[in-house]
Amino acid sequence: MPDQILNVDNLSKSFAGVRALQGVNLTMERGEIRCLVGENGCGKSTLIKVIAGVVQPDEGTVTLNGRQYRQIRPIDAIREGIQVIYQDFSLFPNLTVAENIAFNYNLARKKQLVNWRDINRIAREAIAKIGVDLDLGAYVEDLPVADKQIIAICRAISQSARLVIMDEPTTALTEKEVRALFNIIKTLQREGIAILFVSHKLNEVLEISEKITIMRNGRNVTDGNTAGFDRASLVKHMTGREINETNAAIVPQAGNGSVPLLQAENLSCRGRFADVSFSLAAGEIIGITGLLGSGRTELALSLFGIRPADAGTISIEGRPAEIRSVQDAVRHGIGYVPEDRLIEGLFLERSIGSNIVAGTLRRLTRRGLINRAAVGAQIRQWTENLHINTPSTELPVKSLSGGNQQRVVLAKWLAINPKILIMNGPTVGVDVGSKAEIHQIIRDLARQGIGVIIISDDLPELLQNCCRILVMRKGRVLEELPTEGLSEADLTHRLSATTPAPASGTPAHSGQRKQVRPS
Amino acid sequence: MKKILRSSEFFVALVVMVLCIIIGLINPVFFSWENLFDLLRSGVVTGILALGCLIVIVSGGTDVSFATIAIFAAYLASKILIAWQFDGTVLVAFLLSAAIGTVLGLFNGALIAWFRLPTMIVTLGTSSIFRGAMLVFIGTFIINKLPQGILAFGQATLAQVSNANGAVIGLPVSVVIFFGAAVLVWLMMKYTMLGRGIYALGGDRVAAERAGLNVIGIQLFIYGLVGFLAGISGVVHASLVRNVNPFDLIGTEMNVIAAVVLGGARITGGRGTLFGTILGVMLVVIMNNSLILLGIPSYWQRAAIGVLILLGTGITAWQSKRESAANLLES
Amino acid sequence: MFDKLPSITSFISRDRNIGRLLGVALFILIILSILNPGLFLTVSNFKSMAYQLPEFGLLAMAIMIALLTGGIDLSAVGIANLAGVLAALTMIRFIPQGAAGWQITLVIGAAVALGLVIGAICGAINGFLIGRIGIPAILATLGTMQLFTGISIIITKGYAVLGLPDAFLYFGNGTIGIFPVPLLIFIVIAVLFALLLNKTALGQELFLMGTNPTAAKFTGLDNFRLTLKTYMVSGLLSGLAGLMIIARTNSAKADYGASYTLQAIVVAVMGGVDPAGGAGTVTGLVLAMISLQFLSSGFNMLRVGGSFSNYFRELVWGVVLILVMVINYLDAKKRARTPQESGTDAKAQMPDTAAGAGSAQQ
Repeated sequence: MPDQILNVDNLSKSFAGVRALQGVNLTMERGEIRCLVGENGCGKSTLIKVIAGVVQPDEGTVTLNGRQYRQIRPIDAIREGIQVIYQDFSLFPNLTVAENIAFNYNLARKKQLVNWRDINRIAREAIAKIGVDLDLGAYVEDLPVADKQIIAICRAISQSARLVIMDEPTTALTEKEVRALFNIIKTLQREGIAILFVSHKLNEVLEISEKITIMRNGRNVTDGNTAGFDRASLVKHMTGREINETNAAIVPQAGNGSVPLLQAENLSCRGRFADVSFSLAAGEIIGITGLLGSGRTELALSLFGIRPADAGTISIEGRPAEIRSVQDAVRHGIGYVPEDRLIEGLFLERSIGSNIVAGTLRRLTRRGLINRAAVGAQIRQWTENLHINTPSTELPVKSLSGGNQQRVVLAKWLAINPKILIMNGPTVGVDVGSKAEIHQIIRDLARQGIGVIIISDDLPELLQNCCRILVMRKGRVLEELPTEGLSEADLTHRLSATTPAPASGTPAHSGQRKQVRPS
Repeated sequence: MKKILRSSEFFVALVVMVLCIIIGLINPVFFSWENLFDLLRSGVVTGILALGCLIVIVSGGTDVSFATIAIFAAYLASKILIAWQFDGTVLVAFLLSAAIGTVLGLFNGALIAWFRLPTMIVTLGTSSIFRGAMLVFIGTFIINKLPQGILAFGQATLAQVSNANGAVIGLPVSVVIFFGAAVLVWLMMKYTMLGRGIYALGGDRVAAERAGLNVIGIQLFIYGLVGFLAGISGVVHASLVRNVNPFDLIGTEMNVIAAVVLGGARITGGRGTLFGTILGVMLVVIMNNSLILLGIPSYWQRAAIGVLILLGTGITAWQSKRESAANLLES
Repeated sequence: MFDKLPSITSFISRDRNIGRLLGVALFILIILSILNPGLFLTVSNFKSMAYQLPEFGLLAMAIMIALLTGGIDLSAVGIANLAGVLAALTMIRFIPQGAAGWQITLVIGAAVALGLVIGAICGAINGFLIGRIGIPAILATLGTMQLFTGISIIITKGYAVLGLPDAFLYFGNGTIGIFPVPLLIFIVIAVLFALLLNKTALGQELFLMGTNPTAAKFTGLDNFRLTLKTYMVSGLLSGLAGLMIIARTNSAKADYGASYTLQAIVVAVMGGVDPAGGAGTVTGLVLAMISLQFLSSGFNMLRVGGSFSNYFRELVWGVVLILVMVINYLDAKKRARTPQESGTDAKAQMPDTAAGAGSAQQ
């Protein structure tokens, strides 16, 4: 077997006329640990999909183990020893853990018959390698995200792979589990397996990789040995601009007013989160963060009425509020900009204008019929206010870039006139320019008196915009940290911690920490 | 153990038992051998069709054309055999009918696999095409003089029993075909990568493609197999009623789909077991046949089936709604 | 959609499907006129089409609104028949011999009201099963189809109900000027229906829910209420269709119009309704209906398929349905390859995810 496992040469790919990849090159040798780095939308995912055979390139070649391919099918890539851990895991929810882990093993060997004992053995060996304990007979759809990520990792390493591609594999893992993963990566390297590690967590990138390839807007920017890069240079190459990350922008003053806008007391939702309390004042921006599976999104969904809490109280402007449905939440002035805007936030086939007024249609009627003029005015107003860049609001919203799409979702909610805005991952998949603008919009909203809750993984984002950050872990609020004087390194450390720091901000409502898993 | 108790198959089994007991209490004739043979005789065709239907539903699709394929295949095969003046073994009839059914099934499969068309509406269309084509080009007359082989097969019995009036009721040999097919399907679904691939496809199509499964090949196989089984069941039906009526069987898809869904298969795909399907078939067949025993006039049948479908699917849906609400959005 | 008032030409060219349908309808019209002008282009031919189209059209609209929300209503015909049976029985039971004019009118009115109410109730049952219990629309309406038809069978014991009052038959066979009454009723309902879909908040919310029920929920739309209303409207339309059927044929049967369901789906899909939900126009539906009606009566006249013209028709409907869907698929595939018109910083969605080129294995 040749030493060069992968050689991507001059790869180009367009979707509906838009260039996702342009002239991209990449090589991987035996035992190499390389990181692929770039902002959302730079083409990393597309590149991975081409290598895995899921997407066919328009131009260029992919050479695997010395064999050149013009068209790769997924099964070809698998047989050449390429294993991918996808960001969305790509597991089979209706099959058991054991079967998922062993699935590729059977497929790659062209096995026709299924030996269940073998499957269990393979699965047991894989999870032992990572050092976790999972119920092999459980159905994947019943398991929490963190377990799913581990299962996806197990599946990739249970195969005799030559190249393992990991797409954001640590989003749900604790510091301890990340260490374990890094150890596995080192072990795989010793066995001669190459690892392509895709991550936006720059400290992880700098730690684990030996070589780095940076992409931007579908092209290669640069690559080289990790030793030659530091955080600042990475950011500069990724974004094309000098961004001073340590510049904590103006930390907004907490709003004044004696009665908090939103007060949550001992909110609990069985299997999701327990005993969450916090308050939000008008004009305040607070942040909530934690690893995937920490319960932060569930908390938001409870506040928004999608999955109402079982216990605890919510008070809005001092008065208790029953939030048992989304309609209740909206009536109380709560808006929610969701995490997955494609599925949860947008009606992709519908026009931009249609999306903007989606929530206010009922208010824009006159004698039962839709008031065209009012609707048009509202669309124009928000398109201008939020600088939504499009030649016409009649185009389908899927034609917009991530940044503009996010503005449309925001517009939809602002049109409803919320008092409280919960934003989950407000700048995920958004280009750098839009990101800064959206942050500005958020700060403007706060200045107008709206209370904002930002849920995010992006620590710099939280540090720059929020005055307080709640750290959640396994369904509980570990601690509440004021951002003043808080560094990113500190915050990262607090994220994976299992106990609150001795003297830092408000002590957690911890004591007993249950293993909170959905039943 | 807990898993078994919570499974939908257990629930259906319970319902079947309770139903049997209730009917038996009202009319003890229910528990007689002749009734049992009668039920088995009624259930064979539905059962064979349900096997194919299960596979389709597990893969995430819905086929409503299999009943039409069944009668088309049997009708055409009979016509051909009569034209050849073939009076030999029934095996030829089976092979011929199965082959015709497979071709029709592959037609479905091609449309679904290559053009990615929504399965229910496509098969609604092809069902129409097959039916129209059969009635226009093959014929509309009932074939009463069936080839000897088929007739003999229909009359062959594994066991016989005589009832109070001295009439003899037999257990038709075709139940062997059903059980044989059921075992083969079970083996395939549980012990071959093809079968596991069908489950995978029904669970997450995109993940299946990424894992390297040949989705197009699997779909062609599924629909071809459905056609194959339909062809066989068509001949079985003809042998049992002793004629081939091109207007038969059409409309029974609903019964079959109901049986599969009542047996615990998820209409969205990915879940379903052979055992559950058999229980579902039992439920539907008992329901259909026992109304008479209970003294309920036959024109209540349709409404009863409707209620059964709604109850069965309703309970399944309600349960899965509660489960999924608990698992909502992990992140 | 709200920004500019569309002119007729932009309206037709914007929805290429409508333009295509218009072309198809005209094409069929011309061909049939050439082939057999004596029979086809007669007033009586158009008249007979005009009498039968409305009842079918209402059923097609009922199924269309269910399709728009991503569901389907297979029980429409069952509801129609049940409504018809109950209305017919009411009229027959409660109109004594030699009753006065006002008495007859009263009973007819009550019967009509009953038919509509039954339609709404059946629709509400569908809506509840689908929206609250969560039974997939296919299965739920499959079940209710059996149930509603079964109830009709129980009531009629399989026999047809005959002998409706003349005053009522006027609605199915009378004319105002040269226009058949049923056609006028249909036009009025179609216009109201189009108004509902395009100009009311409810209609637009239905489209939104059909496009993406998750996003609809997250936007604050009440999916359950919307589903309930959708199927109630569907039920109402079906009930009305049932009344029109018995008004025209002077008989109520439990299993009339079994082939209407398939035809309605063909018409809807051909008319541009996306079977997965979220798109469709009344204009397209009507054009497709007219095309197929032309085709249908053309078969009758030309005696295509010999005396098996009915079966031949079924064959053709199936072929048309498949052809339309294949063409739609190829069309969508082609459009996914060509560049977008916008030219803004557009980033297309990846085709192998759910948001991509609509490959729902439904």
